[in-house]
This record gives sequence, structure tokens and C-alpha cells, in this order.
Amino acid sequence: MASKSKPAAKARFERHGLTDEQLVEILRIMLMHRTLEGRGFQLNRQGKIPFASAGEGHEGVQAGAAMAFQRGRDILVPYYRDLGLDLGVGLTPYEVLLSLFARKADHSGGRQFPHHYASKRLGIHTISSVLATQIPHAVGAAYALKVRGERGRAVLVTFGEGSTSEGEWHEGMNFAAVHKLPVVFLCENNEWAISTPADKQMANPNVADRAVGYGMPGVIVNGFDPVAVYAVVNEAMERARSGGGPTLVEAKCYRFLAHTTDDDDRTYRSREEVERRRRDDPVPNFERLLVERGVLTPEGAESLKKAVLAEANAATDRAEAMPYPAPADLYTHVYAGDHAPWR
Amino acid sequence: MAVSTGSKILNNVEAVRETLYEAMKNDERTVILGEDVGARGNVFLITKDFINEFGEQRVIDTPIAEASIVGIAIGMAMEGLRPIAEIQFADFIYPAFNQIVGEAAKTRYRSNGEYTCPLVIRTPYGGGVRGALSHSVSIEALFYHVPGLKIVAPAFPADIKGLLNAAIDDPDPVLFLEHKKTYRLIKGEVPEGHYTIPIGKADVKKTGNQLTVVSYGLYVHWALDAAQQLEAEGLSVEVIDLRSIRPMDRTTILQSVEKTRKLLIIHEDNKFGGIGAEISAMVAEEALFSLDAPIRRLCAPDVPAMGYAEPLEHEYMSSPAKMAQAMREMVTF
Repeated sequence: MASKSKPAAKARFERHGLTDEQLVEILRIMLMHRTLEGRGFQLNRQGKIPFASAGEGHEGVQAGAAMAFQRGRDILVPYYRDLGLDLGVGLTPYEVLLSLFARKADHSGGRQFPHHYASKRLGIHTISSVLATQIPHAVGAAYALKVRGERGRAVLVTFGEGSTSEGEWHEGMNFAAVHKLPVVFLCENNEWAISTPADKQMANPNVADRAVGYGMPGVIVNGFDPVAVYAVVNEAMERARSGGGPTLVEAKCYRFLAHTTDDDDRTYRSREEVERRRRDDPVPNFERLLVERGVLTPEGAESLKKAVLAEANAATDRAEAMPYPAPADLYTHVYAGDHAPWR
Repeated sequence: MAVSTGSKILNNVEAVRETLYEAMKNDERTVILGEDVGARGNVFLITKDFINEFGEQRVIDTPIAEASIVGIAIGMAMEGLRPIAEIQFADFIYPAFNQIVGEAAKTRYRSNGEYTCPLVIRTPYGGGVRGALSHSVSIEALFYHVPGLKIVAPAFPADIKGLLNAAIDDPDPVLFLEHKKTYRLIKGEVPEGHYTIPIGKADVKKTGNQLTVVSYGLYVHWALDAAQQLEAEGLSVEVIDLRSIRPMDRTTILQSVEKTRKLLIIHEDNKFGGIGAEISAMVAEEALFSLDAPIRRLCAPDVPAMGYAEPLEHEYMSSPAKMAQAMREMVTF
């Protein structure tokens, strides 16, 4: 190329009505998400916990979507890779660490895998690890809102692109559209279902294209851009809350780490691919953006990161010191009331 | 049982219908969802005209998708509705297996009691109606292994009403099995008004002292016919209707076996791994030295299903005569 390319003109920063405080809060959630996920991997490598899962690369999708969630009103039906979304709707780092350490005070009483939270206080539904099973639950919850005439409330349900191959995903989408239910389907398309790439999951690379088949809007958004995700999810949630029916949102992102601490992604994808995608890492990029646009000073960014790390460390120490469930806790909550197993 | 003002004669299908109607009438959180439950009023007309009275928001004709019929009902239950999901025939329940076993049965446990799943899944099961491979099956053994679930299979109209009310009131998921051959065959007195029969309580339908017969569903009626034949022959048989499969009434079974010292289990489902296997094991563990004869199970053969052709269905199903013969052999052992 003969001519030197000019530096790109600074694109206009569209903040979609978000205040400086909200923008910084998005960054804080992204930083905490990444810190706690890293903490899970560290604790696993230290032999302190048996397992942790990874959502690095999803921070922008989740922190942006969380900003569109109305606490105390909306219902979140997440999947297991939604640590940032759970934090964004109010889960504390301490609760996250209780889950990682499988302590008695954890939301599941130490029964569930990490990041399977259930909290009526926050409006987070209980989930299993079986993919797409939560889709009909979200649709049923949205039906309950509709039949009771509770306008102004909506359900946000999330999943990866791999889940969209499941029959229950289709069934839930279809039912929601038939009944015009107040629910937003948010696909976090990270291109990998453990080792299976998206192009072996589906011939059409865009999950959102399927929306037309159900008779609902489908929107694609850059999942590395939390503000763009906020704008799209917020519009969809508003439509749902006001009786306009469901929307399918597909946020394109990438999974930077292996599926879990038990996975080795070197066996199925190249380091070059991962390094190339890392250049779009939403966490440092969003921090840089906020500093560049004067939303945050460089010093402010540093002290935010320090505060996040300090909170994560304190939560780790506090949760680690908490007791495990007792053997007798195995027997509770099988049915309502006292349950006496035969043996 | 609550005090009621009177009673009337209903068949089994009418007992289901009346109970569902009262539940819809008495609690607006109740919704019914399933295939053809609305405009058609269910293929057995159980919910006929419900849609006109309660509206299509509470009587929901679903798409043909069993996994999500149950899955959507779970979401409704978690958010405060009292859904009654219908699987049109038990044979169609397999796509919903994961939602029932992996989700509904574990909602309370995995959320440490934070979320619950007060859900009833009703489904007609059983053979003897020329239903062939996909309209005849018994499914109870596939689900009774699962803690967190309750399973009910009443055989008499009054038991149907009391247990269906109990299932609807229950804070946990209940699989409610209705033997379709008994739907119009079996009639009986049903108390008016709301009453419940506790889930997990069996009922001694006929007392006797030489043999305990445990059964449920259609075969309770045939076992009673057979026991009457033996009565005429001077042989005394006690017939227990399990009514609930999970939890199971161990006390009633064990008390009866301690008295008669012999146990015959009769069920329509095939023998291997069936309900009879659990009852046999339980009695062997708890009352082996009270027994005067080996436990016997009279069950369907180990084949995939009853066939459509009459001789195939006949060979698969038991009969009052076959039951009477097994009883005679046990009593005279």
C-alpha cells in the first residue's frame, strides 16, 4: 500500500443515556467478573476447590445486559456461565465465593456446582447444568406475569449458542412467541460449545436469524461492547414489559479460556486464534474507552481495580472461613416438611 | 377426610373432571395446560367446556411439545401459579423425562428450599383398550426411582378426587396417573365438596387372613374380583390398593404381611425393576421371617409392549382368572 493510513477518526461515543456512574458501574462489574473468575481458577490450581468454570470474554455482554435489568421487578433465568450477570443484578462477591467453596451458607447450601445461584431476593431462578432446560422455565415465569396482568415486569433468560440446538430452546421460543410473552432471550454466542465450534452447531452462523421463524424480532449486537448490549437488551426488555412480546438478542463474543478447569482447549483450537481474539478483550478496552472519553481518570481506573481486588480478597478470606454443610444437610429439602428416607 | 354434605355416583373420568373443575373454580392461580385440553376439552372430554368458563389464559392448548409443557409448568409453579400439566397419553411423556426428573424433582433441593415446584402432571396410562405400543404403557417404574417426586395412581372415583385434591394442594411435584381403562368402567360414590386423601397412604380394599395381595390401578379391580372367587372357595385374601407409589405405605403392607404371612404383588407393568421389585425387597428386608411362602410377583412379561392385535394384548395383560389361580397357589402353598 502506497499511502500511509491516517489514524481513524475518533468514533462518536454513544452512551445510550447511561450516566457516568452507570458506565463506571458497568466497568466495575466487568472487572469483578474477571477477578472472581480468575479467583476460581486460582483456587482450583491451589487445590482448594475441585472445579471452576470460565466466562472470560462474556464480561461486556453480561455487564451491559445487567444494566437493563430492573432489580426488584424483573426475573433473571441465567445459565451457568453468567457470573457477571449475576453480579450485575446484585449478587455479592462473598456469595460467589461461598458458591466456589461450596459452603453451607451458599444459596444451594453447597449442593450445586459454582455459579448456579438461586435467589428470590434478587429474582434469580434456580438452574441445573443441563443446557436449555431453563428456557421453558423462563417462558412459564413470563406466562405467570402475563396471566396475572403484571405489566412492567419481564424475564431475561440467557444461554450459549450451543443451547440453541436443544429442542427445549425451540419449544420455549415458539411458545413465547405464540403467547407474546414478556421475555427476552439473550444468546451469548462465544463460538465454542466446549470443543464444538459454532459451524458444527448450525449452518447459519447467526442465531438471531431464527427469530423470524418464530415471529419475533431478532437482533445481533457486538458482545464486546457493553453499552451497545445495554441499548439492545434495554429496548427488548422495555418492549417485553409493555406487552410487546419477546425478542431474541444475539450478542457475539468469545470464550478466551477453556470451558472449565477440567478442560484443555489446546486440544481443539489454536493459540493463534485465541491470541488474535484477545485483542478485542472487552475489559481493558472498555476501561481505556472510559479513560479516553474522560468518564474516568487514569487514577480513578487504578483505584477502581484496587478496590475490586480488595473486595474479592476479603470475600475469599471470609467465605473460606465459613463451614461446609454438615452430613445431615444431605437430607433436607427433598420434600416440604420432614423427609425420612427409608434407610 | 373433611366433612361433606353428600355424595354422588361418578365414574373415574367424571371424578377427575369434577376435581379439576373445583380446583379451577376455587383458586385462580390454577391453570391447565396440555395438548387439546382447551377447545376439544381433552381427548377424553375431561376438561370439556373449561375454556368457555375459565378462559384461554387458564386453559391452555399448547403446541405439541411435551418437554416444554412440563418445563413451562415448572416456570409457572416457581413464579406462584398452580399449574396442572397434562400429558395426553403417558406414552408421550418421554420427551419430558428430563424436565420431570432433572428439574421438577430437584427444584427444592438444589435451591436449598428457596424455590419450589408445586406442580401436578396428569396422564392416562395403561392397557386393555387396544392401544398398541404407544397408547398402553405403564410408566411408573421409570419415575419411582426419583426422590423429590411423588407418584399417585388411584383406582376408585373417591380416591381419585381425594388424591387429586391432595396433589393439587401439595407443595411438591406430583405425577398423577389415571388408568384409562378404568375411566368409564369404574363407578363409585364420591363425596361432594373439597376433601383430600393423604399421598402415601394405601387402602385395604378387602380384608382377609391367608394372603396379602398388593396392587394398584386397573388390576386392583381384577384382584378384588379374583379374591371374591376365592372367598366362595373358602379362601381368605386381603387386597391392598397402593394408591400412592411414591411415597409408599410400608406400614400398611408390613402389617398385612405380618398377619397373612404371604405376599403376592400384582401389576400391569413388566416385572423386571417394577414396583413389585421394591415391595419385595422391602418386605424381605423387614419381614422375611414372618413369611410362610416365597414372595411372588404376577406382572407383565419382559417384552417392550403389548401388541395391537387382540391375542397379543390378551397375552400381555393379566386377568381375574390368572390372578385367582396365582392366589390359590399362594394360599395353599
